[in-house]
Amino acid sequence: MSLDPATVRRIARLARIRVEETQLVQLGQELSGILNWIEQLNEVNIEGVEPLTGAANMALRLRPDGVTDGGDVEAVLSNAPDRAGSFYAVPKVVE
Amino acid sequence: MFFELTLAEARAGLRRRDFSSRELTSAFNGAIVALNPKLNAFITTTPELALRQADAADAALARGEHGPLTGIPLAIKDLFCTKGIRTTAGSRILEHFVPPYESTVSANLLRDGAVFLGKANLDEFAMGSSNITSAYGPVVSPWTRSGDNRPLVPGGSSGGSAAAVAARLALGATATDTGGSIRQPASFCGITGIKPTYGRCSRWGIVAFASSLDQAGPVARTVEDCAIMLQSMSGFDPKDSTSAEMAVPDFQAACQRGVKGLRIGVPREYRSDDMPPEIETMWQQGLGWLRAQGAEIVDVSLPHTKYGLATYYIVAPAEASSNLARYDGVRFSSRTDGDDLNALYENTRAAGFGAEVKRRIMIGTYVLSAGYYDAYYLRAQKIRALMLKDFTDVFRTVDALVTPTTPSAAFAQGEKMDDPIKMYFNDVFTVPANMSGIPGISVPAGLDAQGLPLGLQVLGRPFDEETVFAVGAAIERAAGFSAMPGMRAGGAA
Repeated sequence: MSLDPATVRRIARLARIRVEETQLVQLGQELSGILNWIEQLNEVNIEGVEPLTGAANMALRLRPDGVTDGGDVEAVLSNAPDRAGSFYAVPKVVE
Repeated sequence: MFFELTLAEARAGLRRRDFSSRELTSAFNGAIVALNPKLNAFITTTPELALRQADAADAALARGEHGPLTGIPLAIKDLFCTKGIRTTAGSRILEHFVPPYESTVSANLLRDGAVFLGKANLDEFAMGSSNITSAYGPVVSPWTRSGDNRPLVPGGSSGGSAAAVAARLALGATATDTGGSIRQPASFCGITGIKPTYGRCSRWGIVAFASSLDQAGPVARTVEDCAIMLQSMSGFDPKDSTSAEMAVPDFQAACQRGVKGLRIGVPREYRSDDMPPEIETMWQQGLGWLRAQGAEIVDVSLPHTKYGLATYYIVAPAEASSNLARYDGVRFSSRTDGDDLNALYENTRAAGFGAEVKRRIMIGTYVLSAGYYDAYYLRAQKIRALMLKDFTDVFRTVDALVTPTTPSAAFAQGEKMDDPIKMYFNDVFTVPANMSGIPGISVPAGLDAQGLPLGLQVLGRPFDEETVFAVGAAIERAAGFSAMPGMRAGGAA
């Protein structure tokens, strides 16, 4: 299997990483190399096996659905590259 | 004189008031100034903060009060958020990120009186086995091959932490391990490092890589020093939903238990034809030491071992692609502008992430994308269940497993760099413990023919770090590992 440039472009788009057209072929080869190596897992019999979602294999705790933190706008925004008042600022999304 | 001390010895000296934390900390600050330009083990140093913390420690000691780590200078891997101190994760995208909060693990160390010397270098977002992928330049190992001055890698991703401790630039350091990132650099640098059971240390405030695998732990010069540090780092934290609500046992006491009567398993799948003979020899020697101290050595089988790496390279990139989605140019300091919001995201991430991180995000995006989830991620989770079953089965008959930590000693910068999969094989012996959540320690056991350290790994049952420490300490006592790297504080060069 080898990922064609169109597929690499689609993955890059989904990952929100800009990839130059000139890089698509080489990146496709690198990713295909890894994915082809992973194909060895197809030989494992997984019939009837329940998936393990986390290392601890334990149920997550429940807690009351209450506010435990918050009300600290300045701390939250302290690393914002751009802000407007109490909000993060981004380029205009809606015309 | 300070550079020869272990953490435990320095702690005893401080409590006896033989010297002050200010004296100790000043010595390490000075050593970092002298050696860090060569080693690049620290991304950020905090000498003034360290001295303020040292003075507070000295004041407490003068009042006769002390915590478990009062006045002890440590390095903090730059993956742990430190309040008011830049935290980069080794990435350009977090170059200016100053957390407004403290990670639970580093807060626990501060609570216990530790002094922070600075933030240790690492592979970008902890993705790597060589420390080559850091945006702040590679860490150089303090070790060199005999008769060969080419710079070697310290291992990764906790390469800065391991190099700093090996070169005597800190008494211990925090580290994290997603596929081997504590144990492999500890092995390469001739020091000790333990990845505890998943859930033992809180992940809160640690920059996330693969959340179902990431676990914090210490690197230090001795098994006992690791026990002292892990004692402070561990404990239940309601802010981490996977934190284990369990009492933390006395790890330091466990180091003295001995191995008499323990059954030690040797997994036959960890043996391969291309393993260097000196690693096989060291392994047999280690088993001999344990037998001589009263342990019984048993051959065991972990049949799904060979699928560990490939499974890891589905699970880890999938979780990374999800975790790293947050670095989008809006919240975390870096932004590269674009014509619209999507272009801003894409440009920021193209400029901010290095090649290996991009590769893993894209692999993760692909295996999670519509139509591929069952074939990749779901299959990987099922194989993960089989790997855990392998361990559960053998731990019915043995108390611990002993294996080499890595399939080779440290390599030179530039070696193994042409093919990502070749690099991934560094973690072949360490990944299974992450996949199944069990604890593992690496202890230096000897030198190879070129004078480089080799480590042995001890794996244990979930939440039985005590047996892991007991076996690790037994190997340490028998090995009497006293070799030191050429580049170190208090050394000749």
